[in-house]
Amino acid sequence: MLLKVEHLSKRYLRAQALDDVSFELNRGSIVGLLGPNGSGKSTLLKCIAGLCRPTHGRILIDGKQPGLETKRKVAYLPEVDSLYQWMTARQAMDFAKSFYNDWDETREANLLDLVKIDAETSIKAMSKGQKARLRLVMALSRRAPLILLDEPLSGIDPPSRSRVLNAIVSEFSEEEQTIILSTHEVSEAESIFDQVIFLHKGKIRLMGDAEDIRTERNSSIQELLEEVYA
Amino acid sequence: MRIRVDVSRPIYQQMIDEVKRAIARGELKPGDKLPSHRDMAQEIRVNPNTVQRAYREMEQGGLVQTLRGLGTFISDDPTLVERTRDEMARRSILAFVQEMRALGFSPADIVALVEKSVNEFSDGQKDLRDSIQGIQQTGVINSE
Repeated sequence: MLLKVEHLSKRYLRAQALDDVSFELNRGSIVGLLGPNGSGKSTLLKCIAGLCRPTHGRILIDGKQPGLETKRKVAYLPEVDSLYQWMTARQAMDFAKSFYNDWDETREANLLDLVKIDAETSIKAMSKGQKARLRLVMALSRRAPLILLDEPLSGIDPPSRSRVLNAIVSEFSEEEQTIILSTHEVSEAESIFDQVIFLHKGKIRLMGDAEDIRTERNSSIQELLEEVYA
Repeated sequence: MRIRVDVSRPIYQQMIDEVKRAIARGELKPGDKLPSHRDMAQEIRVNPNTVQRAYREMEQGGLVQTLRGLGTFISDDPTLVERTRDEMARRSILAFVQEMRALGFSPADIVALVEKSVNEFSDGQKDLRDSIQGIQQTGVINSE
């Protein structure tokens, strides 16, 4: 078991961001984490990344609670832009690389090529879409078993979204990795998920195999989502 | 092989149908190699596990054979093309008949309408042939 979330709750001052969330994931899956704004997607990913402390419950990554040791196993792409303006893409990648020993240069080169980013471009000169693509390259270049992508498709144009999705499918290694991806762009992204989790007001509303859902409900994930949150 | 994924139906099922169609049309022949499941996943941008599910089902159904280390191939079974065409035909007919019954047509009406359409279709083909012959004889495609 790669990831085990047990009765996880997270309470901010007033808001209950997560409320008794439990699920398990093995290696080898691309999981869509879906739900409206404020449903707890970002908080859940942050907690798994070790960036927020649960109020109740616990998280186990390969049997260990989030901490220094699990940071080596988790690559996290935050929703907000974290790049330094004065760096070039190359410098930003070298900087990130210096923190981890699982950076795979072949993967990095493949990914840069796939998302059409020139490593010598300075970050100042990059569009929103280019920055989003670069940040994805940085998250996927590590051979981490658990990859958390928080809204990697939001706020970027359709060609960029398409490149990001292609890059995820092509660099995903299903023997050793699991990717959890939160998104609002469900209709565009759903063909790459094999499992989905619907969050609603901090609780899991539904979790299942994407193809089983299509078979049983005769609908796309997007349609089911609209039904569930109607 | 081109597959346009419709996410409102199981994707692995669409992949299997597409392979069957290609076999029925003769675009894929017994012994032909299919792309690796990873290449296929990238090509049509779907989850690699979904592609594996499709390949596994096709193998169980005798449609393909996987040879370790070599890849996945369309089965060498000589009856495969015939069987696949048959199955695809049955399925289309069943869907058509169900739709016609739901619209309130009797079996006799359905047969009569099909017969009429088939005849019109072959007349159409004949008209086309005649006009092509006409063009070839006169050498004129469009006289003003």
